[in-house]
Amino acid sequence: MELAELSLFSQAIILFAALVLFTSFIMLGQTRTLPLIFTFAWQGLLLAVVTVLVAYVSDHPDLYVSAALTVVLKVVLIPWLLYRLSVRLNMQYDAEVILHPSLLLLAGAGLVIFSYYVALPIVRLSGLATRNTIAVSIAVELIGMLLMCVRRTAVAQVIGFMSMENGLFFSAVVSTYGMPLIVELGVAFDVLVAAILFGVFFIQLRDSFDSLDVVRLNRLSESDAPMPSHDEAGAPPPGGRA
Amino acid sequence: MTLLEITLLTPLVGGLLLVFIGHRPLGGWVNVITCAVTFGASLAMALDVFAHGPQLSGGRMFYIDAFNVYLVTLTAFVGMTSAIFSRPYMRHEVERGRVTDVRLRLYHSMYQCFIFSMLLALSANNLGILWVAMEAATLTTVLLVSLYRTPEAIEAAWKYFILCGVGIAQALFGTVLVYFAAENKLGADRDDTMLWTVLHGAGAGTLDPAVISLAFVFLLVGYGTKVGLVPLHSWLPDAHSEGPTPMSAVLSGLLLNVALYALVRVKMLVDASLQTNLAGHLMMGFGLLSFLVAGLFLHRQHDIKRMYSYSSIEHMGLMTFAFGMGGPLATYGALLHMTVHSLTKSAIFVTVGHASQLAGTQRIEHIRGLMRTQPAIGWGLLIGTIAIAGFPPFGVFISEFLLLMATMQSWPWLAIPLLVGFGVAFAGLFRNLQPMIFGEPPPGQQPVEANMLPVAVHLVLVLWLGVSIPGFLSSWFEQATLLISGALPR
Repeated sequence: MELAELSLFSQAIILFAALVLFTSFIMLGQTRTLPLIFTFAWQGLLLAVVTVLVAYVSDHPDLYVSAALTVVLKVVLIPWLLYRLSVRLNMQYDAEVILHPSLLLLAGAGLVIFSYYVALPIVRLSGLATRNTIAVSIAVELIGMLLMCVRRTAVAQVIGFMSMENGLFFSAVVSTYGMPLIVELGVAFDVLVAAILFGVFFIQLRDSFDSLDVVRLNRLSESDAPMPSHDEAGAPPPGGRA
Repeated sequence: MTLLEITLLTPLVGGLLLVFIGHRPLGGWVNVITCAVTFGASLAMALDVFAHGPQLSGGRMFYIDAFNVYLVTLTAFVGMTSAIFSRPYMRHEVERGRVTDVRLRLYHSMYQCFIFSMLLALSANNLGILWVAMEAATLTTVLLVSLYRTPEAIEAAWKYFILCGVGIAQALFGTVLVYFAAENKLGADRDDTMLWTVLHGAGAGTLDPAVISLAFVFLLVGYGTKVGLVPLHSWLPDAHSEGPTPMSAVLSGLLLNVALYALVRVKMLVDASLQTNLAGHLMMGFGLLSFLVAGLFLHRQHDIKRMYSYSSIEHMGLMTFAFGMGGPLATYGALLHMTVHSLTKSAIFVTVGHASQLAGTQRIEHIRGLMRTQPAIGWGLLIGTIAIAGFPPFGVFISEFLLLMATMQSWPWLAIPLLVGFGVAFAGLFRNLQPMIFGEPPPGQQPVEANMLPVAVHLVLVLWLGVSIPGFLSSWFEQATLLISGALPR
């Protein structure tokens, strides 16, 4: 099908879907904490726009609720929570070093191609107006996962996690016009609880490791060298700064 | 109120109540009583289902059949006995200053919420709700893993959170794909097409094979992470070893079962629409790999709880392998193995909790002379480990024997790695166990207050299942086997 034959709204869906993917790439390359959080908020907003457009085109009023949930959770609440925490933990200006930025972006591009391959059987079967964007949604999910794998700060990993969640929500919207409302609500509840738990963890990590650098989480491993811990299981938690 | 509603609501109400009173001495009792009520209701429900067949709740949100009702009962039972153990254990931890009042409240409340989310996952009819409940089971336990706030505990909890979060996200994608395939064929009422009964009843045969295979791969990775299949297992030993011991008992004994349950449910759908054994072969491969690798890792452990969590991976691998093989005999064996593994492993973790309180450490090198210092703990650990290693006359022997028979019938060559795996795991457990039990106790080691009642009850049950499986339980397993594999074991 030629793109020009699609209705204006369908073309707009494809445009915004592409922008969502674009924000994924920005996050992949963004090393500073605050811009990373803002980019994530933008991704949520664009996703909500896509959802509203799909709801309008396909005439599924349930999707308006999903879009509203996305705005509340992913555009306002979670970014705000992360922002507050990063200010409170005084790391809003931190930047981490990415070892091979260009290689990373190329890997992201590779994942996009892979997603188109994965999406082939789905697209073949689908008759929905949004089927062109199914591959994009899978790519957003996979790039979120890549972000979690390569980044070393807890904040970036959380952003990757939530971005994956975005990709999943996106794929549900474009492949089946969203899941049943009760499931959407359940998933949103889980995401909210996860976000709060992440906040609790930031504080716990900061208190124990004096850093949100997850590279320092290396005490538990399978090695024959005796582990430093556990000998004094009865001792109170260190809690102090290293 | 139906029995199902009582079973589900009791832990939820208990969890909310314990937010406020969980730190009082009463809190431990409320925890036990809530679990006891849940168990009573689930038992009554089980007898009802056994007599009158599967039940679909009003609104079709919940579905109870022979397969999940026995897991509901098992979950409620092990939840109850672990709660009985947890009351004095946590009091001891408070006395040692490892847990504050706030954390004790969190602990008790989350314990109930965790039981609730597992029961919800088991009884949900909607694949989406199943996913939500599985994720909720992670979320409720993650703060319990970091309860002691040691750097190791926080690291373990972070790994658990991230790895299980990523894993389970794949399962959500798989669920979306199943929904997509179903909506495409069944179409009619959108909200219905995610219901397991609808999918399994009318539509399964007609779903698109390509999409369903893709969905199964994602679901296997997703729920497989929670089952602890190698190579997605690395969160499991950490989470099980760093949290409070009653948590390790329910994680190892119950959560892994629930994840495997989800996988088997999905496999039933996939098998019906694929007409090939793709799902079974994938599960066999991952299962066998987990079984062998975890057996080898048993030899390298220095932490007693880590060692037994690798043993859990090994047994979950074996069950996954058996469910993958399909066939009535293998399915029957796997169902039995799920039960006896849960009972034995939670008994072992309870004993291990006492042993590490006795020795003041979880390091295997420093736990010595249990038999001489406190024979009850020594015998408990010895008998529990003998049972889990698969010695007759315990139930694990029977189920492993059935699984071996099934393997010889359908895949004779695979019996060799299976036998080697049993041997390797046995050696791994006993080389560490022997000095812990019979070694020279360090000077000044004092007995601790221990409640061995749950251990004794579990081990007697496992022994009973090994000597003779009671008739009602056997016909129960047969009903579930018929449901899963489509035939009765001969």
